[in-house]
Amino acid sequence: MKRRPIIKSVETKYYEQRDALFQGLQNLDRRSFMKVSMAAMTAALANGVEFHYHNFLPVNVVNAAPKPSLGGNTSAVGEAQSQDFTFAYISDSHLYERELNDRFVRQLLRAVDDINSLDPQPDFVLYGGDLAQLGAPEELKMGAEILKSVKAPVKMMVGEHDWFLDMGERWMDLFGEPSYSFDHKGVHIVVLMSVNEADFWTERGMTPEERMLTVAGLDNGIQSRFEVGSQQRAWLHKDLEKYTADTPVIVFSHSPLYHYYKPWNFWTEDAGDVQAILRRFENVAVIHGHTHQMLTNRIGNIHFHGMASTAWPWPYAPEGLPALTVQMNRADPFNASDGLGDGTVHVNPDGLVDKLYNLWNRNPRQVTSRYVNSNGQDAIPQQPNLKSY
Amino acid sequence: MRKAGLMTLAVLAASISGWVGVNAEDADPKRAQTARANAEDFAAMEAATAQGVDPATMSQWRRGGGERGTDGVAEELEKHKVTSPTGNAHLIGKGQGATYGNVTEHNVKTWDRETFKAAVEGSRVFHSSDELGSEIGVSCDMYHPDGSNTHPETYPKFQVQLGRVALLRDMINWCIENPVKGEVLKPDAPQMRALEAYIYAQRKGTPLSYGKR
Repeated sequence: MKRRPIIKSVETKYYEQRDALFQGLQNLDRRSFMKVSMAAMTAALANGVEFHYHNFLPVNVVNAAPKPSLGGNTSAVGEAQSQDFTFAYISDSHLYERELNDRFVRQLLRAVDDINSLDPQPDFVLYGGDLAQLGAPEELKMGAEILKSVKAPVKMMVGEHDWFLDMGERWMDLFGEPSYSFDHKGVHIVVLMSVNEADFWTERGMTPEERMLTVAGLDNGIQSRFEVGSQQRAWLHKDLEKYTADTPVIVFSHSPLYHYYKPWNFWTEDAGDVQAILRRFENVAVIHGHTHQMLTNRIGNIHFHGMASTAWPWPYAPEGLPALTVQMNRADPFNASDGLGDGTVHVNPDGLVDKLYNLWNRNPRQVTSRYVNSNGQDAIPQQPNLKSY
Repeated sequence: MRKAGLMTLAVLAASISGWVGVNAEDADPKRAQTARANAEDFAAMEAATAQGVDPATMSQWRRGGGERGTDGVAEELEKHKVTSPTGNAHLIGKGQGATYGNVTEHNVKTWDRETFKAAVEGSRVFHSSDELGSEIGVSCDMYHPDGSNTHPETYPKFQVQLGRVALLRDMINWCIENPVKGEVLKPDAPQMRALEAYIYAQRKGTPLSYGKR
């Protein structure tokens, strides 16, 4: 007769281990026993060892120990160690004057509501650019007023729709410098003005309105390709000089800072130069707007994440889509506000980011640093079932 | 109508005067000026003796592009790429030789040019919230840059939200009425015909797959 294999339950195993431990101790006399057990306890506590409740074997407990202070000449970072934190974003609202079009206004208000009802509140809120549609003073003013009702502090970024009516005069009056940097909990954050365009309007004798309308057309081929520009690249280089290579860096940019699809200006002309400046850092994340879609890319040490828009979704470009991108489902025209939303970014202690897309009318989608770091092998976000074609 | 007719003649006269100034005898500036003045006189003469053009002909002329004619094409193409029609050069010299004779190069150029103009006109309407009659400043290219994501090859298909099997024009009209907030176009309206031409043009080469979702 064949012997059936004996399968021990967890409980049985637990008691067997417990008995074995005490059996070994029984051979000692009482005094030695106390010494041994005391020593064992002390040693265990000193090493962070606990006795796990699931079994009677000592288990090492791993704590996410905070990174040691960045020493030396990183006085800019100070003694702040990298902790993890979350910030939220709202992007690409493309506001028209309320009397003309209130749909985009209502959608921005919805995003503001979303962010205001987050609990716990994010550390700050990034506004990703393109607050106005045609750069008009009324549009910018209305946008500024709406953003005042955001509870967390707002970090502004400029987009091309804000800029090319008056070359950013009104925007700068309202919001200050278009490029700046700040430190937050050990992470160095840079906000770039990455939608500069070479002059195409003077030779054509365009009025400011015509120039703005040209830039406002995504597929309008007259406008130049976006660029950060040599002046701002020099500023970026200088700004980053004092940080060591292990400082986590996050770059906020409106254009993607890589080459995706040139005809739609899903493109930064001098992306290569900007990436070269960022290359020496271990962990860099670029959070960008303009593309109005779920977008993920990785080039070397740099992770790129697109932000959703609150105004309208762009389709995926016919070519150039980064391999890492998990598409969002095709927007359903019969479902108002489909493919739109806002979101949050969770910054881990090591500076890598997990991106959450809070897509309205859909389940939220998260693209984690583990997915990007593993080049798409691990933690793969759910695939769409209605891909672009 | 009369004014518009006269305007055409003025344009015609202006272009004639430009042409007149090119002759060798007119190299002398004074003579050239006289030539131009004569062109103006000519325009005045024409105006005085002009007959009103009937409304039907005028509107047909305007539908063909009016004064814009082929000028609008260059302007539109500067801004937006439009796929060129399938070439027909291989047909030159072919044909059965009956009534109209064999296909000539002139024929092929005319077909291609006129077809292309229709698609370019469609691009113009597609990108213009005014032409679409949008009350909220929205144009088609805001969801469909370069006519992308329109999938004309999938029509006719049943669309439950429209309650029937939809053709491309039904979807265009739904979009114009809802996201664009303009007035619905008649199926034979020049803007509808232009939009369809452009949308099909941009999808040239995609196999037909009617019913595909």
